[in-house]
Parts: sequence; structure tokens; C-alpha cells
Amino acid sequence: MKTSMLAVLAILWKDVVLELRTRDIVVSALVFALLVIVVFNFAVTPTPRTVPFVAPGVLWIAFTFGGVLGLNRSMALERESGGLHALMLAPVSRDLIFFGKMLGSFLFMLLVEAATFPVFAVLYNFSLLLPGLIPVAVLATLAIATVGTLFSAIAANTRSREVMLPLLFFPVLVPAVIAAVEATTAVIQGGSPFERWIPFLVAFDALFLVVCPFAFHLVVEE
Amino acid sequence: MGDGNQALSSDRPDLAIEVRGLSKSYGRTQVLRDLDLQVPWGQTLTVLGPNGSGKTTLIKTLATLARPDAGEIHIAGLSARRNGVRIRSTIGVVTHDPLLYDGLTGAENLRFFARMFALDHVEDRILEVAAQMGITDRLDSRAGTLSHGMRRRFSIARALLHSPRILIMDEPESGLDQRALALLDDLIMNGRRLGRTILMTTHNFERGIALADRIAILARGTIAYQGMADSYSTRDAYERLAPDVQYEARNP
Repeated sequence: MKTSMLAVLAILWKDVVLELRTRDIVVSALVFALLVIVVFNFAVTPTPRTVPFVAPGVLWIAFTFGGVLGLNRSMALERESGGLHALMLAPVSRDLIFFGKMLGSFLFMLLVEAATFPVFAVLYNFSLLLPGLIPVAVLATLAIATVGTLFSAIAANTRSREVMLPLLFFPVLVPAVIAAVEATTAVIQGGSPFERWIPFLVAFDALFLVVCPFAFHLVVEE
Repeated sequence: MGDGNQALSSDRPDLAIEVRGLSKSYGRTQVLRDLDLQVPWGQTLTVLGPNGSGKTTLIKTLATLARPDAGEIHIAGLSARRNGVRIRSTIGVVTHDPLLYDGLTGAENLRFFARMFALDHVEDRILEVAAQMGITDRLDSRAGTLSHGMRRRFSIARALLHSPRILIMDEPESGLDQRALALLDDLIMNGRRLGRTILMTTHNFERGIALADRIAILARGTIAYQGMADSYSTRDAYERLAPDVQYEARNP
């Protein structure tokens, strides 16, 4: 157990060090997420009446597409350097490689979300103090990172991976995005997301945290 | 018990590597077909073969990077189908690509893989393998700034980090200069003295003969010949079976 944890942390350490040096993943995802929020702000011209209905969708579109960019870069980096093969030569199960990569993407995405949300709150006239959003963001981001890590490993083997990842990934992720949007709407409107949508996200995460590491095993071996 | 249990471990404890009936295809291209190969403990086997003969695919399946379509691989007596993790702790693998992260320094790359292998005394071990491969003065350089040959040396150093009992190398001399080649030869000869089992592929017949106990010639995805390195029949088989290999050796 300790060895497994050390392997996951070693992969996370490696991804964090590489990201601190290149800022490849966080910057591209952050810029993209901010652009989506700003462009939507002009496109839909939110009013106090429409904001609770429009803003959660905009927020999760920004987070999800930003996440796709980050996930693509993260796995492309492994493929380009041959790092995935190097990881696979280590005496650890493929599941641990999956969890190491997933954890890195999860943290980078949370970082992007934390940096994006204040801009979103200003543009759409929200209070920054919405603690109910924290569990929603954590659970939905975990869903994006879990499903995305698997599908980015699949897409990394294809020539047009930038197109392939969203095509493969979104149909599976749609339920989690719907739940995230509904839960965010509930929080913004002063309701509770814990009755329906948070349990749904917990179930989604639990299911895919079991399925994706197993499928990753099949995907990465030639 | 049934066949399934028999497949978990080898009935040949004298063999470090045992391959039976190995087949592997990529799409419609069959790369390896019904390949049999044995390497006894402590021996060095050189696999010769022209480009496209299946050498790299053989290395990948032995390294558990690729799943065989058919056949059995036993390494250190363990079936590769069920014991990938244990096998990977026994083998050191040098692949065709150096498999280094360009954004990390040489030392950081080695430190990362040492952590993945859960090694103790990591810094000492890094200095030891770096000295063996003559890369001590380049440990603090980013891998992305290193020459191909230097990256290759780091790749070999990485494979040696956990002192593997079995070393599997895919054309390890590729891109190495004369000094690095001498270090590689020392490494192989020392390994032989220490009883390390080595399987390596090469295009260079003379080097293969000089360094190995046994030679195998891979042609069209199967082992066409296997024999002692210094026997006349090996040279004869080489002349007969592998004109492409000879061409590549003359025109590297």
C-alpha cells in the first residue's frame, strides 16, 4: 500500500515539476476557460433575471473545454517523450499510473477553476462566497479528470487527438456535466445540491473510478 | 491442476527467459509468428535481424509493454500474463527510444524512476549508475538539451538503477560514440561475470559474437537460428539467413 502511494505521488511530483517549468497545461486551460467566459458574457448579455439560468452552463462549458485542453497536453507530453512506456516499465500496476496521471490533471483543473471563478463572479455579478460550489466543483472535476485521463490515453494513439478526445469523451461525460450545471444552479439560487445532484456526482465518480483504471490497463498496452 | 495454473510459472527453472509459440500482430501485419526462444540464467543472448524482422516487438512483449496474441512468455520463471509487476522488478529494459522527460534534468529523471522502483539510497544509486555510464557531469543538465548519445547513456543508466537480474536491450549501441560503446561493452562483460542474464538486439554481427554466449537470428518474425556465439554453424547460419543484416552492418 505504501509503495503504491509512493508511485502515485512520484508521478504527481513529476507532473507538477514539469508543469512548473513549462506551464503548458495550466496556462492553456486557463486562457481558454477565461476566453469562453468573456465571450459568452458578450454573446448572451446576462441580466439579473437570466444569470441564474445561463451562468452555470457557461461556467461548466468553460471548465470542461479547458479541462479537455489540459488533458490532451498532459497525455501528449507522455506520448511525445515516450514517458508512458517508461512508466509502464516500472514495477507498479497500470492502475497506479492511471491514478498518478489522473491526480495531476485533477489538481491542475482545480487550479484553473480557482483562478477562473473570480473573473466569472465579477462578470456575472455573483458573490465569491458560495461554499456550496466547492463540493460540486471537486466532484465534477474529479469526473472530468477520471474519464478524461482514460480517453486522452486512447486519443493520444490517434493522429487527430485534439478532435478525438472531445468526440470520445463528451458523450460519456454528459451526465456529469448536466449534474454539475444543475447543482451549480441550485447553489446560485440558494437551494441545496445535496439532495439530488451531489449524490449523483458521487455515484458517477465511484463508477468511473473503478471502470477507468481497468480500461486504462487495456488501452496502454499494445 | 489445469493448464491455467501451469501457465503461471515455468517448468524450466534453469531458464531466465522462456518464450513459447509467441505471435503478435499489429492490425493485419503479423510481426511475430510462433516464436520460441530460451535464455538460460547468466547467459548473454544477441538477437540479430534486419529491419522489420520483429526485434523491437519481441523486446516490447518481453518488457510487458505489448500483449502477445498467442504463446507464453516466462521471465524468471513467472508468466508474463499474470506477473507483470513482479517481472518488471526483475528486468531492466533499454528501449529504442530513451524514454526521458525533456523538462527534467538527468538526475531528476533517474530520481523519478528510482522512486517508481521504490529504491532505497536513491542518491547513492544514481551516482553509481551515472559513474558506470560516464554521465556524472551531465546529471544536472535538462534531458532535452542532451545529445542523442548522451540520452541513450541515461536510458541505460535508468535500466540499471534497480540492479536487475535480467537486462533486455534494444540496439543499445545505437547513437553511442566510441567511449560510450566501450562503457557499454564493460557493462555487458561485467554483467556476464556477475551472472546477469542479458538479451539484446543488434545489427552488428561481430559485436554480437564478441559480447554474447549465444546468437539468435530473427527473420520474418520467427527465430530462424539459435546457437553458440563462437561456433562455425552460427557464422554459416548468419551468412545463409541474414543477408539483410550483413548489408545493414556494412552500411549502418
